[in-house]
Amino acid sequence: MTEWEMVVGLEVHCELATATKLFCACPNAFGDEPNTNVCPVCLGLPGSLPVLNRHAVELAMRVGLALHCSVEPSIFHRKNYFYPDMPKDYQISQYDEPLNVGGRLDLPDGTRVGVTRAHLEEDTGKTTHVGGGGGRIHGADHSLVDYNRAGVPLVEIVSEPDIRSAEQAKAYVNELRAILVAIGASDARMEEGSLRIDANVSMRRAGAEVYGTRAEIKNLNSVRSLGRALEYEVRRQVGRLEAGEAVVQETRHWNEDEGRTSSMRSKEEAYDYRYFPEPDLVALAPSAEWLAGVRAVLPVLPSERRVDLARVAGVAETDAAVAAVVQQGLDGLVTAAVGAGADGRLALNRAANELAHATPPDAGAFAKVLRMEADGRLTATQAKGVLAELVSAGGDPEAIAAAKGFEALEGDVVAGAVDAAIAAHPGEWERYAGGEAKLAGFFVGKVMAATAGKADGKAVTALLRERLAGR
Amino acid sequence: MSAGEIARDVRAGVRSARDVVEEHLAAIAGREDELHAFNLVLVDEARATADEVDRRVAAGEDPGPLAGVPVALKDNLCTRGVPTTCSSRMLEGWRPPYDATVVTRLSRAGAVIVGKTNMDEFAMGSSTENSAFGPTRNPHDPSRVPGGSSGGSAAAVAAGFAALALGSDTGGSIRQPAALCGVVGVKPTYGLVSRYGVVAFASSLDQIGPLAANVADAALALEVIAGHDRADSTSIPRPAPALSDVLLDGVDGLRVGVVRELVDAVDPDVGRRLAEAAGALEAAGAKVDEVHLATASLGLSAYYLLATAEASSNLARYDGVRYGLRVDGDDITAMYGATRAAGFGAEVKRRIMLGTYALSAGYYDAYYGQAQRVRTLLIRDMEAAYASYDLLLAPTTPTTAFELGAKTADPLTMYLSDVCTIPSNLAGHPAMSVPYGVGDDGLPIGVQLLAPALGEATMFRAAAALEASLA
Repeated sequence: MTEWEMVVGLEVHCELATATKLFCACPNAFGDEPNTNVCPVCLGLPGSLPVLNRHAVELAMRVGLALHCSVEPSIFHRKNYFYPDMPKDYQISQYDEPLNVGGRLDLPDGTRVGVTRAHLEEDTGKTTHVGGGGGRIHGADHSLVDYNRAGVPLVEIVSEPDIRSAEQAKAYVNELRAILVAIGASDARMEEGSLRIDANVSMRRAGAEVYGTRAEIKNLNSVRSLGRALEYEVRRQVGRLEAGEAVVQETRHWNEDEGRTSSMRSKEEAYDYRYFPEPDLVALAPSAEWLAGVRAVLPVLPSERRVDLARVAGVAETDAAVAAVVQQGLDGLVTAAVGAGADGRLALNRAANELAHATPPDAGAFAKVLRMEADGRLTATQAKGVLAELVSAGGDPEAIAAAKGFEALEGDVVAGAVDAAIAAHPGEWERYAGGEAKLAGFFVGKVMAATAGKADGKAVTALLRERLAGR
Repeated sequence: MSAGEIARDVRAGVRSARDVVEEHLAAIAGREDELHAFNLVLVDEARATADEVDRRVAAGEDPGPLAGVPVALKDNLCTRGVPTTCSSRMLEGWRPPYDATVVTRLSRAGAVIVGKTNMDEFAMGSSTENSAFGPTRNPHDPSRVPGGSSGGSAAAVAAGFAALALGSDTGGSIRQPAALCGVVGVKPTYGLVSRYGVVAFASSLDQIGPLAANVADAALALEVIAGHDRADSTSIPRPAPALSDVLLDGVDGLRVGVVRELVDAVDPDVGRRLAEAAGALEAAGAKVDEVHLATASLGLSAYYLLATAEASSNLARYDGVRYGLRVDGDDITAMYGATRAAGFGAEVKRRIMLGTYALSAGYYDAYYGQAQRVRTLLIRDMEAAYASYDLLLAPTTPTTAFELGAKTADPLTMYLSDVCTIPSNLAGHPAMSVPYGVGDDGLPIGVQLLAPALGEATMFRAAAALEASLA
C-alpha cells in the first residue's frame, strides 16, 4: 500500500495597513471602542456609496508584485449573502477579474508554491455571540456586532494546491507574513485578526494525478492552529479513506480547545453568492506609470535577501540559519561582519542563535568577537558570553573578554592540563584508547575543571587525539 | 409663477421668500388631502428656510440661483434628520444622518424644501399605487394615477405645491409621471448628477433629475444639481452644463430622428401629438425624419432583469439588524424573514425574487448575462442612430394617465408603461419629457427627446423650441 500524500491550498486574508477604510474615510484601527469608527458608507446606510481608497489599491499592488503576480485591469463584484456583521448584506470583493493573478511564493526550503490570485475586498464587522455554547451563533442568547472592522481593506491571497505538509503550510504563512511586513502592506498580526487563514485539505495516494475531495478548514487563528488542524485533518481523512468511506466536500470549523474539526456546512448547503459586477464602482485599471511607481518603492523581499545572504556567507540558500537570520532581520549585520573579516558560517550561526530577539550589536564589534573566536583567542562558550554582554551592555569585545578573564590560555598550559588528566586517570585512558570514544568528554571535563573553563573544548579534543596517535 | 421668476424676484428683494412659501403651503393645504402628493410636508422647516433666505437678501447677500424657490423632494432622497421612507413600511420613521448631495446643492442655491413626495415603494412602479402610504392622484383628474414612480413629485409640480421637484428615474420614473401630469421631466446622462444619498433601486440605471412646470425651470434646477461629486464613483468628472444660456439657440439644422418602433407602441392620440411635435421642430428649422431602433423593444425585458437583479442586492440591507423595521423571530433567519415579509410590499417582493433568480447559479448567464448582452446591443444601436441624428424624438408613454387600479392586477401591463423610456436608462443617455397637448380624454400627453451622452444642451434647445411652438 502506497503512502498518503496531503494536498493543501491556503486562502489568506490580510488586512491592509491603510489609515482609512477601503471605501470611506473612517479610521482603520484595531481595538477601539465598538462602533465608533463608522459612517453612513461602512454602515451601509441607504443612499451611501463606496469610493475606492487609492492607498489600499497601492498596497494590494505591492502584495501582487511581491508575490510575482501580474497586476491586471480588474473590476469589483458583489458577493451576496445575509449575515448581521455585513452591513449591506453583500461584500464588495473581486471575482473573475481580480487585481493580481498568477504569482508564486518560494519557501525557505526551496519549495515553490503557486499564487493563484491576490484580490481586494472589504472586511466584515465582528460578531460576538453571548451566552449559549462556545461563542458560536447556535445556541447563543444574543449577539453583538461591532462595525469598526466593516470596510477595512483586505487582500485575499489564494495559493495553488502546492503544499504537501503541515510544516510547509506553516512555512508558507510565515514567509507570507514576512513579505507582507517587509513591504509595509500589513502588520500581519494573527492575534489581532489582521491575518486569517482558511485551509483546503485533501488526501491522495502518493504519485496519484487526481486530487482527492477536499475539506475547507476555517477558524485557524495562529500558525500553530494551522499545523495542528492540518495534522488532525490528515488523520481524519486518512481514517475515513482507509475505512473505505468517502471524504465529504464541506466546510469545517477548527476547535482549538478540543483539537479537532467539525462540520459547518456541506457542499449542498453552500451559499449561492450571486456574484455580479458592483455597479457603484468603476473598473480599476492601474496605469503603467502607477504600477512602475509602486514597483520602484518595493523593498528587497525576504527570498531575495536569503539569496544575497547565502552568497555573502558562502552557504546554500536553503540553509536553515540563512532563513532564520533573514527572518530576524539580521542579514545586514551578518553581511557587514563578513565584510569586516568574519567567517560567514560562524557569523550566520552566532547571529541565528545568539542574537534572536536581541537588539543587534554594532557590526564592527560583532565581527571582532567572531574573529577572536576564529583565531582561538576565545572558546565558543566564551565568545557567546562576550556576545551576550555586547548585546545587553555594549562595549569593546577585547575589554569585555578581559573583564571576564577570558584570556585564551597558552597552548602549553592546555597541553599540560591534558597530560595531567591522562596521568591521573590511567584506567579511563586505557578504555578511551580501547575505543570507548565517549570518554573524550570525561577528559575534556577534567581539563575544563583544571583550567577553570578557559580551555577551548575543540583544542582539548584535538590534543587527546594527538596523544592517542602518539601512544 | 415660475421658479426662475421667483428666484429673480426674491434675489432682487421684490418679493419675500416667506410670501412665496406661504402661497405654496396654502396650495398644499387646499388640495393635498385629495391628491396625497406628499409623505411629509415640512411646514415649519420651509418657513424657517424662507426666513433665512429673506434675512440674507436683506443683509445684501445672494442666497443663490434658486433663492426662495419651493422644491419638493422624492422620498428616496436622504434628508438629514428628516424621515426618508421610500414609501415603505421598512423605512418608516428612519431619519438619515446625512443629506444627499443633490439636497445639499439645492440648499446652497437658496431653495426651500417644502416636503418629501410620495412614490412607488423603493421606486418600483409606474403609478405610485405601490406606496405603502396610499396612492397619489393625478391633479388633472383625481380618478387617474399620476404615473410613477415619481408620481408625488410630478403631482406636486402640476398642482402648484412646489415650483420644482426632484425625482429619480431608473426606467422612466421621472419622464412617465411628468408626461401624465403635464409637466417637464428630465432624466440626465448617467453620472451627470450625483447619486450620493439617493436610496438605490438599480444602481447602474438610477439617475436624479428635475420636474418643473416649464423647460427653463428644469434647466435652472439641473444646472444647480449637476456636476462632479467625489462621493459618487460613477459621477462624471466635469462641471454642470450651461443650459439656461442655450434655450433660445433654436433647432435650425438639427437632425432629429423619430423612433419608428416606439411610435408603433402607443395609442393613436399619443401618436398624433408626437407627429405634431415633429412638425413643429421641422417648422423651426430642424431636419426631421424617421429612424429605426430595432432593439428598442428588447429593452423592456433586459431592463426588468438587470434592474431587479441589482435591486435584489441593493435591498438586502433591509434586514432588521441596524435600522428601520424589525420583526422579531426565534433566530436570526426567522427575524430576517419576518422583517422582510412585513416591511416590503408585493411589488418589491416580486422584483427581489425575480432579481435573485436572475443572478442564481445556473441561471446567471441565461438571464443576467443575456440581459447585459442585449443592453450592449441596444447601446450600439442607439450610438449608430446618433451618428446620423443629433436627437431622437419618441413618445414618453403609450397612453395618457390611466385610472387607479386599472393595471394593478397585471404587473406585465404595468411594466409596458415604461417601454418608451427604458432605452435611455439602459444606454445611460439623457432624455426628457415635454408636455405636448392633450389626448382624446383631455389628459396631458408628453413627447420625449433623447440625446447621446452629455447631449443635454442640444436636448434642452429642442425642448424649448417645442414648448415655444405651443405658445
